[in-house]
Amino acid sequence: MTSNQIIFLITAAATLGAALYVVTARNLVHAALALIATFFGVAIIFVLLQAGFLAAAQVVLYIGAIAILIIFAIMLTRRVMQDTGPQTNRIWGVAAGLSLITFSALLASFRLVPSLQQVTPAAQPSADQVIKSLGFAFVDPNQYLLPFELASVLLLIALIGSIVIAADRK
Amino acid sequence: MVPLSWYLALAAALFCVGVYGVLARKNAVAILMSIELMLNAVNINLVAFWHYLTPQVPSGQMFTMIVLTVAASEAAVGLALIISIYRRRNTVIAEEIDLMKW
Amino acid sequence: MSFTLDQIHTFTWLIPLPPLLAFALIVLFTNRSKLLSHTVAIGLMGVSWVLSWIVFFNSLGVHDFGHGIDIFGIKFDWLPFGNAATGTTPLTMGTLVDPLTGIMLFFVSLACLLIFIYSVGYSNYGKAADSHDQPGTPPHGVEPLYSRFFAYLSLFAFGMLLLVVADNLLLLFVGWEIMGLCSFLLIGFWHARDYPDPKQITPRRAAVKAFMTTRVGDMFMLLGIVYLYAQAGTLNFRDILHDPSVLLKLATTPSVITGLMVSHVVGLLLFAGTIGKSAQFPLHVWLPDAMEGPTPVSAMIHAATMVSAGVYAMIRMFPLLSAGWEHGHPLTPPMLAMAAIGTFTALFAATIAVAQSDIKKVLAYSTISQLGFMIASLGVGAYVAAAFHLMTHAFFKALLFLGSGSVIHGVEHGHRHAAHGAHGEHAAAAPVFDPQNMFNMGGLAKKMPITYWTFLIGGLALSGFPFITAGFWSKDAILGGAAEGGQWFVFFGLAAAALLTAFYTMRQIILTFHGAPRTAAAEHATERDSIFVPMLIALVVLAFFAVTAGWVGIPESFPVLGGLLPNWFHEYLGGTLIEHPPAEAFLPIALWTSLIVALGGLLLGWLAYRHYRKDAVDPVQRLLGPMFGVLRDKYYFDEVYETVLVRPAYWLSETFASVWLDKGLIDGTLHLIGRASMRLGQVFRDYFDLPVVNGSGDLVGNSVNRFGRAFRIIQTGKVQQYLLIVMAIVVVLGAVLLLPGLGR
Repeated sequence: MTSNQIIFLITAAATLGAALYVVTARNLVHAALALIATFFGVAIIFVLLQAGFLAAAQVVLYIGAIAILIIFAIMLTRRVMQDTGPQTNRIWGVAAGLSLITFSALLASFRLVPSLQQVTPAAQPSADQVIKSLGFAFVDPNQYLLPFELASVLLLIALIGSIVIAADRK
Repeated sequence: MVPLSWYLALAAALFCVGVYGVLARKNAVAILMSIELMLNAVNINLVAFWHYLTPQVPSGQMFTMIVLTVAASEAAVGLALIISIYRRRNTVIAEEIDLMKW
Repeated sequence: MSFTLDQIHTFTWLIPLPPLLAFALIVLFTNRSKLLSHTVAIGLMGVSWVLSWIVFFNSLGVHDFGHGIDIFGIKFDWLPFGNAATGTTPLTMGTLVDPLTGIMLFFVSLACLLIFIYSVGYSNYGKAADSHDQPGTPPHGVEPLYSRFFAYLSLFAFGMLLLVVADNLLLLFVGWEIMGLCSFLLIGFWHARDYPDPKQITPRRAAVKAFMTTRVGDMFMLLGIVYLYAQAGTLNFRDILHDPSVLLKLATTPSVITGLMVSHVVGLLLFAGTIGKSAQFPLHVWLPDAMEGPTPVSAMIHAATMVSAGVYAMIRMFPLLSAGWEHGHPLTPPMLAMAAIGTFTALFAATIAVAQSDIKKVLAYSTISQLGFMIASLGVGAYVAAAFHLMTHAFFKALLFLGSGSVIHGVEHGHRHAAHGAHGEHAAAAPVFDPQNMFNMGGLAKKMPITYWTFLIGGLALSGFPFITAGFWSKDAILGGAAEGGQWFVFFGLAAAALLTAFYTMRQIILTFHGAPRTAAAEHATERDSIFVPMLIALVVLAFFAVTAGWVGIPESFPVLGGLLPNWFHEYLGGTLIEHPPAEAFLPIALWTSLIVALGGLLLGWLAYRHYRKDAVDPVQRLLGPMFGVLRDKYYFDEVYETVLVRPAYWLSETFASVWLDKGLIDGTLHLIGRASMRLGQVFRDYFDLPVVNGSGDLVGNSVNRFGRAFRIIQTGKVQQYLLIVMAIVVVLGAVLLLPGLGR
């Protein structure tokens, strides 16, 4: 058991635990905070996978924006939902069973691809190299310029759309 | 070293937790939070594959960025919708929003 | 004026046509005008008469006319049935004028013309129309259906003339049937007349009776014609009667009836037609009731034309009837039948005539009796005698009938004058007066002299008064023929009938004309009226012929008188047959018998009736007692026929055929089929159409509905449930796709 593995295991356990708390917490705000913890755990995983930029993006975007947004939404819709009482609906048992089945199926499918057992990752470029290539990829017309621009447009649309949808029509 | 399959297993577990949350939670906002979990699981998958198989090309990360962007916009719109519904129907329980039925 | 042979041939087929034209013209155009109608009728009949006499007199000029060689007439192919292989010839039509036809043309055309002229007076032409007269009943004023009468008479004349000039049996039969129709129309001319006594037959029923009775005979005749055609392949007289080989073949071929040859069967069947048409026993019942028609009709039908047609047909077919017979040999079956039935009818009818009180009924039975004479004469082979008697009988019987018509008119006249003069009341108050009853007459000799003298001549001719009347010569010829052939049964039967004939004729004359008038009507009877002029003209002309017609047939072997005039008639008529019949030998027994029966009968009648007073018992009735009633009621033949034949026929048609078969069986079957179809349709509807057809349609709709209802439960509107299902399916698909791979 190398140190990497140990770190990975601890992080994974924390992330999963937080995720579990998200889906089972009675108090929504607690669930939102657990969500933040989950995001943080995912960011650490990204670091372990030597995707530093992504880890930073994860923290900034997810935790800094989305989670805050969710908390705001919770605040705004708070009055009607009791924080006590069961938070699950009628089909929770079926859902649980289904998700377990899904998990085992996915695990079973790993066996299909032998190369998944491979331990050694491919040759890693340096961190600078990664960032640089990623940056160039964003703006190079031959690479990923178009998705980049489209993503921007999408964000604009989402922005306008959510304003329109959530606007107070009085 | 950490085998790739561990990462994938983590992603799978996270995904399944998200599935459970989507299907079993009453509150619409909680459902959205579970959706974010699922998206994160997908991201982990993508980055893991990038790292282990093709670390020299930026495609993995790029894809993950796009997913991240989309997740953000979707969360924004979704929450706007929930707030709009909350204003009209005074409820955020997903089960009670069932007009589109027979 | 002489004519070419071609013209004569043309005249032969022109003869029947003028009356047909008259019929068409009257019916279509002139029926509103009485004057025009009778002018057209008499005029065209006159044309026919002139043509007939031209043809006849021209035939006298031909030496040895007849014998199948020198005859007039035309012949043309009508239906192309001819087939050389089977030896049948095409069906031909045409005319044939040989000596027999010549004689017939002579007296038929003249008699018809005189009757036409007589009808003008009889129908009260010149008198005003009486407002009491109903069309269809005997009129007091001028006959309302005047034109119709002349139209029918013209059609009748056409039928008779067609029959006379026909050269084949088919055309003869056509003329025969036309006359049957006309007799129906004319007997029932006063169709609306009704009697208070239901037993008394009305003109309508008498017409139907005449038609039906003759129809029975006609049916057998048609069978005979068809059988003849089947056996001989032709119906033309030239081919059958003038050809000895054909006659021999027919006489020796066995027919479908064992024991009889073809010619016998055909002869008997054709004779059956004559039994009907010439009112022989047993089909005699129609003729007395035919007296319901107007008197000119009775004269026409029963003297000049229709009944003569029956005898003419037999005389014409004599070669066939007597095929295989020689003088002195046994008679062939048709001849035997004719002799027997003829004799029996002659005697039978004469006995009935003795007991009649209606002037026309006496004459009717007299006609039946005289026809029996002619038939019997043919039956014993006295061919020329039969034709001779046919001719003389036409004249004196027509004379007698027309005379009786004149008497009836005179008595009616007297009745009206008596009623108006004596009481001045309406005739309706007086009891029903029968102007035809001889017992209501008497003393008319002084009131109606011309009628009396002509009637007397006719009566004496009928009785066979010696030497000066035509009837004597012809009757004597018949008796002579019977005696010569050795047929004593026929001889004595006919002699007895002749005795009775003289007796009842004298009875009739005395009751009608002699003595004192027995009623006021007879007292005031007169013939001095404009309507009598045409009638009396006709009577006088006929009387002339009734006397002189006999003088052309005096046998050469007759003592004293024979030889003064050649027996022209025998010479002329004998040409009809292929072999000239031998001249009649003079037999004293025949002559003495004729004299005794004629004079004896007249004497007896005179003795019995000369002192007859009004309301006394009829001497014959006193003599015969209960038998008188039987005679008067015609031996109850009508009643027997009614019960045995007529009523069952009515039952058969009204009940059996109409109700049971037609309405019950046929309509019943149809109704049954109709109802069954309806039921079947209903069954189909209920058990197939509704459940299966409708049901399947409904089933489709309903099942779609139910499935829809069942499936829509899925749409709960709850997003999480949708997602659940999606996940479940994804998992299943994944398992299906991946599981096989997991084996590796």
